[in-house]
Formats: sequence, C-alpha cells, structure tokens
Amino acid sequence: MKQVKLIEYEEPKTWADIPWATCSEAGILITKNAGWRNERPVIDPKKCIGCGQCYLYCPDGVISFAEGEVSIDYDFCKGCGICSGICRRGAIRMEEER
Amino acid sequence: MSDKRFLSGDEAFAEGIRLARPQVISAYPITPQTIVVEELASMVERQSLKSEFIHVESEHSALSCAIGASSVGARTFTATSSQGLLYMAECLPYAAGGRFPIVMMNANRSTALPWNIYGDQRDSISQLDSGWIQIYVEDAQEALDMALQSYYIAEHKGVSVPVMVNLDGFILTHTYEAVEIPSIEEADAFLPPYVTDNKMDLEQPKNMAFTVGPNLNMEFHIKHHEAMLTALDVLNESDQRYGKVVGRRYGGAIGTYHTEDAEYVLITLGSITGMARNVVDDLRASGVKAGLIKLRMVRPFPGDQIVKALGLAKAVGTLEKDISFGAEGTIYTNVNSAFLKNKRVIPSYNFIGGLGGRDITKEQLTECFYKLREQKEAEPIQYIGLAIKEG
Repeated sequence: MKQVKLIEYEEPKTWADIPWATCSEAGILITKNAGWRNERPVIDPKKCIGCGQCYLYCPDGVISFAEGEVSIDYDFCKGCGICSGICRRGAIRMEEER
Repeated sequence: MSDKRFLSGDEAFAEGIRLARPQVISAYPITPQTIVVEELASMVERQSLKSEFIHVESEHSALSCAIGASSVGARTFTATSSQGLLYMAECLPYAAGGRFPIVMMNANRSTALPWNIYGDQRDSISQLDSGWIQIYVEDAQEALDMALQSYYIAEHKGVSVPVMVNLDGFILTHTYEAVEIPSIEEADAFLPPYVTDNKMDLEQPKNMAFTVGPNLNMEFHIKHHEAMLTALDVLNESDQRYGKVVGRRYGGAIGTYHTEDAEYVLITLGSITGMARNVVDDLRASGVKAGLIKLRMVRPFPGDQIVKALGLAKAVGTLEKDISFGAEGTIYTNVNSAFLKNKRVIPSYNFIGGLGGRDITKEQLTECFYKLREQKEAEPIQYIGLAIKEG
C-alpha cells in the first residue's frame, strides 16, 4: 500500500551508461507529469474514513494510504476527478488550479 | 551417440529445437511450416520435450507470447512463414529492440498477391531491417544443426538478438534426407542454459521494454547494431564449438566452393546451393573456372568476407529468389554496396528466379555462369526461366 520509493535519474554520460537492452532498475524517476491538470482533488481528513475506494479507483496510482491516512501525489495526479466521484463520504472535492 | 534418421527439413528442425530444450513454444500453423509445429506439439504430448506449448490465435500473438516468455527469462521458440511473418511484423522490432533472444524458424514462401503457397525468399528478405539475425540453410542437416546453434548465437552475452532461420518452402521443408541427430548429452554439452538479467524478477524489479525519447533513442539502436555485427564472430565461435562437440562444421557467415582461383563466381542462399555446387563441378570439368559463395547469414551482412573470398574473379552473379519491386534484388543491392565500400570494381549481375516456386534448373544455372563469362548482355538484372519470352 506504500508508494514505490523513487530513485533520482541521472543523465547517461558514457556509452556504458546506456543500458544494453530496453531494461533498467525499476523505480527511477525520469520526469514528473501533471502539467495538464485543471482541477486538483483535495481530501478533507475530517470526513475521510480511510475506506481505500479512491486508492483502488485512481487510474494513475497516485493515491496512497498508510495507517488509515490518505495522500495524493500531485506530481503525477492528472485531475481526472474519479476519486472525488467515487468517495461515498464526499471527502474529496475538486479545486480549480491557479 | 548420435542417431541417423530419414527426415524432412521441418522434422529435422523440430529435432534441433527439441535438443535445445526451449521452456516455452508458441506458434500458429501455416503451410509449409506446419510440420514443425505438429512435431513439437507431439513431442510435448509424448513428454520427449518438457516445454509449455501455447496455442495462440495468430502469428502476431505467437511472437507477442514469445516476447512475454522471454521477458521472464525463458528460452523460447516460434515458427512461421510468408503472410504469417508479415502478420507478426509489428512484433519483430519489439523482440529485436528488447534484445530478447528468441529463435524462429521461417519457411520461405511467396507473399500475396498473386496468392501462392510455394517457395521464394521475399517474405524474410522484406524483414531484413527488423533487427533480427537472419540465417539461411541449405539442407535438412544444416537446418537441424542451426536450430541448435541459433540459441548459442542469440543468447550469447555480446549478441542478445533474436535469430530467424530460413528454410526454402517445400524444397527444403518437405523433402526427406538422411539426417544425423546429436544425442541430448552432446546438445547439453554444446548449449549452456539461458542466463540473463534482461528479465522481470521479483528480487530485482526491472523497468522492461521502456520508451526512449529523441534525446537517447539513437544510442539504443547503435548498441543493437553493434551487437548484430558481433554475431559474425559468434557464428564462427559457435561453429568451432559445435564441431568439437558434435563433429560437424559449416564455417562462418559465408561458405566458399572453389573460389580460390575462380574467374566467375555465383552467390547463392538457401537450398539452390547444392545444385549450384554440381554445376561448378561440371563447369570445372569442362575448363571453366567457376566458383560459388553460399551466404549463410544475411543479417549481419558479411560484405567484407564476400569481397575477400572473390579474390581476383572477373565477374560475379547474385542469384536470389527475391525482387524489390521497382529496384532490383535486395541481396544484389547489399553485395554491390560491399564492392563499393571495399573499392572493388567488378562486373556484377543479378539473376532473379524461383519466384512463387518456379523451378530453377541445372541448365539455367549453367547459363548464368556463361553469361558471367561472355558479358554480352547490357542489362545487369536478368530473370531466370521466364515462361513467356518477349515478342
């Protein structure tokens, strides 16, 4: 239920730094990707009961919850609003990005 | 101890694959490849081969499945022909660029239209740029031996590129000859198990088959290209090793016959080579200094080796069952490029024949050598055995 710990990406400098096949160690963060978001989901911790529905439904896997506490990774959230729609407690509202 | 049996090219290839012990086989039947799939399926059924045999709904799925199996570190096999190869074409560069050392047998067969199930080499030659190593074999014995050796080449650390072994449809896939089958002990002594870090692994999680943008994409392709070139040496290494263990050797990417002092040399690939050798013998007996170069590998292309083998020859002909419409035979293009790169000036002719299974006769091959000797024809591209002459 934890997010994968990401490893900082370093640009290859020599031929040896280029992988020989299209495979490398998992969990290397190359770019962040959230630029097209118009609205952001915001969780109200008072209403949230930690049911995990938003975690299960998020198509981008950016919602994590540990020990009942839910958090959103805004570096990758595209603002689709599925989490807000699925939350039965109305604990996630969409706020306009500025 | 090896065993001697009377086998077709397809059956011999299946025996070679059995000896390589692939963990996964995924294939879809198509004439004239079907027998390979049937043979392997019954070997798995009879448990003479322990392998997952996966029935798939198409050739596209067959290769996709093989890529999936290879990406968890399994030794894999698939086979196809003609339209089937073209249907899996989208997956060919995936397998090659992903550096998955899959071995595939292709039964060389004409492509539509006009629809035809007989042999020519336009199917595999159309896929030369897909990033696969391409081997062409002459007879059923070489088919078996190269089935086994292909895994050695494909899985070699410096190569890691899939290999396509091509057998002429019907002429080779469906005709029978006495074939020596190495013992499983010999095969095991020759071929080490497949070990790679290019695989999904729970202990060492990997990001597999990823995207690379314009900033580094080219470097990946250059690495792939250089690994392909290494295969020319690895084929020699494999040949020597196979010779020591099994006792049969074929040489490297080209095979030569009487080229040392030859004045007129014919370049061939595939099953026509046997008859061409007989023609060279007959011509030599009548005082014509004929020679032969058999192309065993077309990718990587052994251009420098061809030029070196030609020695002081006066003219060369490239015989192929292929035509790149609107240009010329593709092997001819490759051969001529090798001459230019090596600054070797030589009259070079292209003999195109055998399309759609058209028979090539001994007389026609003899005529090719006479054309090289006379050089009366202004047109360097000649068609062999047309049913209808002009006029």
